[in-house]
Amino acid sequence: MNPQDLRVILATDCGSTTTKAILIEKRGEEYRQTYRGEAPTTVEAPFEDVTRGVLNAIQEVEELSGRTILDGERILTPAHGTSGVDIYLSTSSAGGGLQIVVAGVVKAMTAESAQRCALGAGAIVMDVLATNDGRPSYEKIERIRHLRPDMILLAGGTDGGTVSHVVEIAEYIAAADPKPRLDIGYRLPVIYAGNREARTQVQNILGDRVALSITDNIRPTLERENLLPARRQIHDLFLAHVMAQAPGYRKLMSWTGAPIIPTPAAVGMIIEALARREGINVLGVDIGGATTDVFSVFQGIFNRTVSANLGMSYSIANVVAEAGLANIHRWLPFTLDEQTLRNHIKNKMIRPTTIPQTVADLQIEQAIAREALRLALEQHKQLAVGLKGVQQERSVADAFEQRASGQSLIDLFALELIIGSGGILSHAPRRVQAMLMLIDAYEPLGITQLAVDSIFMMPHLGVLSTVNLQAATEVFVKDCLVPLGTCIAPSGTGKVGERCFSYRLLFPDKRIIEGNLALGDIRLLPLAPQQEAHIELTPTRGFDFGAGKGKKISGKVRGGVVGLILDARGRPLIMARDEATRVRQLHTWAQAVDLYPHQEGDGERS
Amino acid sequence: MAHAYTPGLRVTPDITIRKSRLLPIPGEVLVAPGQQVDATTEVAHTALPGRVYPVNVANQLGIAPGALPSYMIKREGEAVQKGEPIAENKPFIKWLQIQVRAPISGVIENISTVTGQVFLREPPTHIHLPAYLAGTVVEVIPSQGVVVESRCAFIQGIFGIGGETGGVITVAVSSPDEVLTANHLRAEHQGHIIVGGALAHPEAFIRAREIGVKALVVGGVHDRDLKEVLGSDLGVAITGTEQIGLTLIITEGFGIIPMARRTFALLAAKAGQRASCNGATQIRAGVIRPEIVIPLGRSSVSPHPTPHANPAGGIQVGDMIRIIREPYFGRIARVKALPPELQRLPTESAVRVLVATLSEGQDVVIPRANVERIEE
Repeated sequence: MNPQDLRVILATDCGSTTTKAILIEKRGEEYRQTYRGEAPTTVEAPFEDVTRGVLNAIQEVEELSGRTILDGERILTPAHGTSGVDIYLSTSSAGGGLQIVVAGVVKAMTAESAQRCALGAGAIVMDVLATNDGRPSYEKIERIRHLRPDMILLAGGTDGGTVSHVVEIAEYIAAADPKPRLDIGYRLPVIYAGNREARTQVQNILGDRVALSITDNIRPTLERENLLPARRQIHDLFLAHVMAQAPGYRKLMSWTGAPIIPTPAAVGMIIEALARREGINVLGVDIGGATTDVFSVFQGIFNRTVSANLGMSYSIANVVAEAGLANIHRWLPFTLDEQTLRNHIKNKMIRPTTIPQTVADLQIEQAIAREALRLALEQHKQLAVGLKGVQQERSVADAFEQRASGQSLIDLFALELIIGSGGILSHAPRRVQAMLMLIDAYEPLGITQLAVDSIFMMPHLGVLSTVNLQAATEVFVKDCLVPLGTCIAPSGTGKVGERCFSYRLLFPDKRIIEGNLALGDIRLLPLAPQQEAHIELTPTRGFDFGAGKGKKISGKVRGGVVGLILDARGRPLIMARDEATRVRQLHTWAQAVDLYPHQEGDGERS
Repeated sequence: MAHAYTPGLRVTPDITIRKSRLLPIPGEVLVAPGQQVDATTEVAHTALPGRVYPVNVANQLGIAPGALPSYMIKREGEAVQKGEPIAENKPFIKWLQIQVRAPISGVIENISTVTGQVFLREPPTHIHLPAYLAGTVVEVIPSQGVVVESRCAFIQGIFGIGGETGGVITVAVSSPDEVLTANHLRAEHQGHIIVGGALAHPEAFIRAREIGVKALVVGGVHDRDLKEVLGSDLGVAITGTEQIGLTLIITEGFGIIPMARRTFALLAAKAGQRASCNGATQIRAGVIRPEIVIPLGRSSVSPHPTPHANPAGGIQVGDMIRIIREPYFGRIARVKALPPELQRLPTESAVRVLVATLSEGQDVVIPRANVERIEE
């Protein structure tokens, strides 16, 4: 069937705990997501067959939609009236996802390119090895031996560059004789994507020990990164080796109308597709129980990072360990002793499926989420950079600026849309809580739209984008994204209470709202979804909306289910050091945006 | 989703369990199906290849990698002792001679003429896999290991630190709500599994390690004390490989939490008996909880393992539950009602709830996700 003729699309995402199915139907001329179902994933014992969970999730869609999709254990295709679907697609992160070890010659160059390549393919990078990574060589060999990855990506050297250093890394891999994670009975896939001059030697060293495949160099020259061929190779091997070993996946692969894609890779695809379609810079985050994925598209360059141990349930204690307890504590609008807070967090870790019942408990979780989001973005900024080691042509003016190569691509003034996903954001009892968590963690600058993923269907839409881009982006905008609104914030800091900026909001019906904000203020203005307005912003001397300190800007703002948040709390955010003042400050901010339901005895908890 | 509660931890006086005992790499299985084994019986063994040490000999001798073989004193496959020369140059003047010596004792595995490296491998490490459980071998997986079946009393904890161990069970406190202190521990507890009450005091850890206690089983522990014991903050709940001198199993959670009476009573009833235990915990898909296994004896092996309670079976009115989140964390209650409709919590989330009666008779509304059934 021609992809443009698809009218009924069924897609599943097989997560590590839940398999989620959605139905997308073409109604009139537009594609809409209509029904969804979910069931526990059945990769592990006692079922050990992923298709059981898939069938259960599809059955739930059948019951809700009234459409007959299954004939026993067969998906009916194509669609006829109220039976069957035109195509079935799936993504998967079950069984631990795709785990890769990457290696290159220079840590900041080829090894970093290999890391970006593997992450972009949706992998969890277990380690990054390089000749100059500071570890003695026997330690590297020991590390390769102990990690049981799904595959190894070996890069190194530009074409025509170093051969011996690449061969050295290949020799380490050969000495380690690594075994794959899922089945010790087959050879570990290794992709060589380095200097083409070293191919023969790498083949000689590794050819009879591992399942070696050779692809184009990911860094053919210092000035160019060529990640796509290796990324495709990773996906092919993911299907041929990893998926084929996982319980039930051979059967699942025979059902799908397009290759199964690792879940994070699919999320990246739909975010990238939206950024290209709208021509905007986008930052996406998916904060899960165990990991936090960050995706960005700046200047048309896509990057993904995964913070493997920053999450809201299994890894919640690690967020605290990495952020430090004081950083969690600063977001709590009440006082709480360290021992109680520590025990509370660890109890969430050991019983990860529990949910907050009290507002104070919710506030603790949202405090931790702010830190997980902040740390994951910090990590993302370090990898989403321009190529390092590149010779730059400088003009006389540039010489004074002293910009090094490898600058972060993440420019918060240029950022136009933030998309949040994951239970803590998508299921926040009030949408404004999700919006403020994102604003507090990322501290966006200038004018930035925010949205959340309604029911976590980004993976489904990502795999759909490989078949029908129009259907995928249409559903993404109409049914997946819940627009929260827009955040307006200048950079700069000063004395709390001094004037920060003035605003003038002009509506299409000629209404005007105007006012001033002092440093430390935050204000919520209603602006509904689909509504747009023109805004004029005039910062005072020490503040900058992107045009320079004290320079006026104007632009379009879009509404959302929360509205327009005018944030004059300072960038970086100014928080009082004294605890009592800080608690009062947090209460003031919360009241200004109607963040939490009112409670008796706000301000203390023991 | 059909079920929205945490399946409870298993605490049972009589169950038949099976454990797979597998080698990390293929090796030799030493027992046969039907054979009776003790916890310490070696069921399989293997030799783990030794660590590899590369030495860049060409660099040290200042020669081209391609010329390396002619400078080697030792060949591939030859054994070497630590400090023994493996390569040397051939200068005209003898005192300018450079020798490269072996950094380890082992075997020359590979000589690279591309990079000039020589790879030396240490002798293999022998792994002796014990049965861990006293019971019967019911299955042999050739070259990989066995499945051991045991009829036993079985107690799951909520979280643990440290790996497999074993010893005689000794209850050191008088009630499940008593805090285990250093004063409870005596020299004769060496090699024992010590059962405490609501909390292990930090000094109890120190004393237990000094004495040589094999394991501590307590209701709760303060996270701050755990950090002291481990030397760092625990980030992710994947444990079992810590080397802290003993195994720690907590049955209820973090903080001062009296051990469930049923758990305490079962452990007290088994005092003086030998048990196996493991602190390994993995709280992700494929969850692993720490455990204490007390064999009931060789004569009582049943033909079929006891099936686990169906976790999807759901909670029923009348079931005993433990509340596992604030504001009633740690309380035991009985389910009074299971209203089907979603209810709004103080947080404003709309979720499925249950009504439970606390021991003092008060009825409380709890999200179903925040309780676990007390299973038998």
